[in-house]
Amino acid sequence: MANVVLRDVRKTYAGGFEAIKGIDFEVGDGQFCVLVGPSGCGKSTLLRMVAGLETITSGDIDIGGRIVNQVEPADRDIAMVFQNYALYPHMSVYNNMAYGLRNRRMPEPEIDTRVQEAARILELGTMLDRKPKQLSGGQRQRVAMGRAIVRQPKVFLFDEPLSNLDAKLRIAMRVEIRKLQRRLKTTSIYVTHDQLEAMTLADILVVMNSGRVEQIGNPLDIYQKPATTFVASFIGAPPMNLMPLRADEIRAQFAGDSRAGSEAGILGIRPEDFVISSETIAGGIALDLTVEAIERVGAETFIYGTRQHEIQGVAANPGDLPPGEVIVRIPGAVAPAIGERIKAVAPRENLHLFSADGRKRIDL
Amino acid sequence: MEKSAVFNNSKLLPYALLAPQLIITFVFFYWPASQAVLQSFKREDAFGLVSEFVGLENYQALFAQPEYYKSMLTTLVFSTLVAALSLSIALLFATQADKNLKAAPVYKTFMIWPYAVAPAVAGVLWFFIFHPSLGTLARPLRGMGLDWNPLLNGNHAMTLVVMSAVWKQIAYNFLFFLAGLQSIPKSVIEAGAIDGAGPMRRFWTIIFPLLSPTTFFLLVVNIVYVFFDTFGIIDAVTGGGPAGATTTMVYKVYADGRLGGDLGGSAAQSVVLMVIVIALTAIQFKYVERKVQY
Repeated sequence: MANVVLRDVRKTYAGGFEAIKGIDFEVGDGQFCVLVGPSGCGKSTLLRMVAGLETITSGDIDIGGRIVNQVEPADRDIAMVFQNYALYPHMSVYNNMAYGLRNRRMPEPEIDTRVQEAARILELGTMLDRKPKQLSGGQRQRVAMGRAIVRQPKVFLFDEPLSNLDAKLRIAMRVEIRKLQRRLKTTSIYVTHDQLEAMTLADILVVMNSGRVEQIGNPLDIYQKPATTFVASFIGAPPMNLMPLRADEIRAQFAGDSRAGSEAGILGIRPEDFVISSETIAGGIALDLTVEAIERVGAETFIYGTRQHEIQGVAANPGDLPPGEVIVRIPGAVAPAIGERIKAVAPRENLHLFSADGRKRIDL
Repeated sequence: MEKSAVFNNSKLLPYALLAPQLIITFVFFYWPASQAVLQSFKREDAFGLVSEFVGLENYQALFAQPEYYKSMLTTLVFSTLVAALSLSIALLFATQADKNLKAAPVYKTFMIWPYAVAPAVAGVLWFFIFHPSLGTLARPLRGMGLDWNPLLNGNHAMTLVVMSAVWKQIAYNFLFFLAGLQSIPKSVIEAGAIDGAGPMRRFWTIIFPLLSPTTFFLLVVNIVYVFFDTFGIIDAVTGGGPAGATTTMVYKVYADGRLGGDLGGSAAQSVVLMVIVIALTAIQFKYVERKVQY
């Protein structure tokens, strides 16, 4: 049991490329921390630095009160689950799990107890004699988990462990990993690019972008109050609608609210916060949209619309959407027809406002 | 699923398409081999004009020769030394080249060059380097108090041919080992490091077992190499001498047949050699290959 603390951790490669640009956060004892971000944001590198597989250029990594910057991976008391599982192909499932314990000269009877216990928890009991080649993807994943839990380490590290599984299995394993972690109460750091995995697994969510932390916090807080437009469009699917507004538009929209300021900014509205209605809401926003496309996924429907009255002087959306496009998410399968004109309204409390560069949230 | 072509119109077409390969195999492999077998049952006169069928006489004469058993022993020593040394040295070099070195590509290229040198040329090089009176390295060896003379001392001669044969074969083995090492996923080795295995333990418990298919393949290839392809080296370095100390079985085939004029006896030897190599390869496949699959 241990906490993990990162203090101003940096990584610069020999060529001068700065992969990690000063990261601070703390994972409390028994907490599940998820590092999430687009590919190339440095999340895997950071995890490998915690594991000891990558060197640290500057800063400190502290595991359980001990600075481990110079400590070999084997001596950090961590276990890691790799994306490709990294099972030893020539060893049976049993030996895969026992290998780390044998290297530490644990007596055979105790190894056997631990491996059998892990096999029971992970339902691998009947597969102990098989080679990894004879297992399915999900079973291999469980063996990799087993190899980590038999060690009873201070910290589990997961490097995108579910990305090689098919969608259905991924959801099942996600739930299993969370249950297992709750049960073992082992501090965990989990890397993923999947925001849904991040939201569902994390006690603490660390959103990363190009070597920096964008926001740290409880997943729901991050969802409800994204600190930057990057976080706003990365967390949540489909992404938040972002619309740049000129200073006069801001003043008109947020009349009487001094916190909104009098400078240009970016307005954000989540697709699920819209309601299709002919009534406008006082203080809220109303957008006249022409329906361009409809996606029905059963329980809900996504409407892709373009704004009819283009807000003057707006060049482009800062988010992932094409300029002028707005996504509206409504429950059920009843949707307007393509080409139809609709009015999407959202109440005042569901509006997000960011500074014009998208780096700062303006709390209303 | 495997796709197979279907020939509906012509029954001959598939055979016609196979013919070039079959003809080459037949003309260059089966025909000479069958000629050797046939020859081994015959005796020719000194001018090669008449030959008569003598049954197993050539074989009886062969196995009555003490020199033949000596050449078998020589071959055993030679092949064990060459295979063991060239495999282990190549593996050592490959593990070093697999590390993240700046000059690794240059190093790898240089490692491969010896393979491009013809065996006879390689033999001549080593012959000159270690020639007792001309050799660049013979003087320092004497300076160290070693009475180096591969022309007279059988052990020295054996050392020299082993060195030249190993030197040439390392390049080939190195290439395959390097490819084998690079196909081992890095994360498996990292997992080993996290699992508390030091570099040596990782090598022997993870890397070496995962290389075993490569090692097995190279073992088969190296055995065939030392049995047959080292002829050029031996001929150029020692000519089988001194006093037959480096006369391996394949060299004796040449010496008896080409130099001694005993074609029947020579053919009998080559048949024996053929049987030995086939048997060795079969044994390796039957017993070793089963263990290297994972």
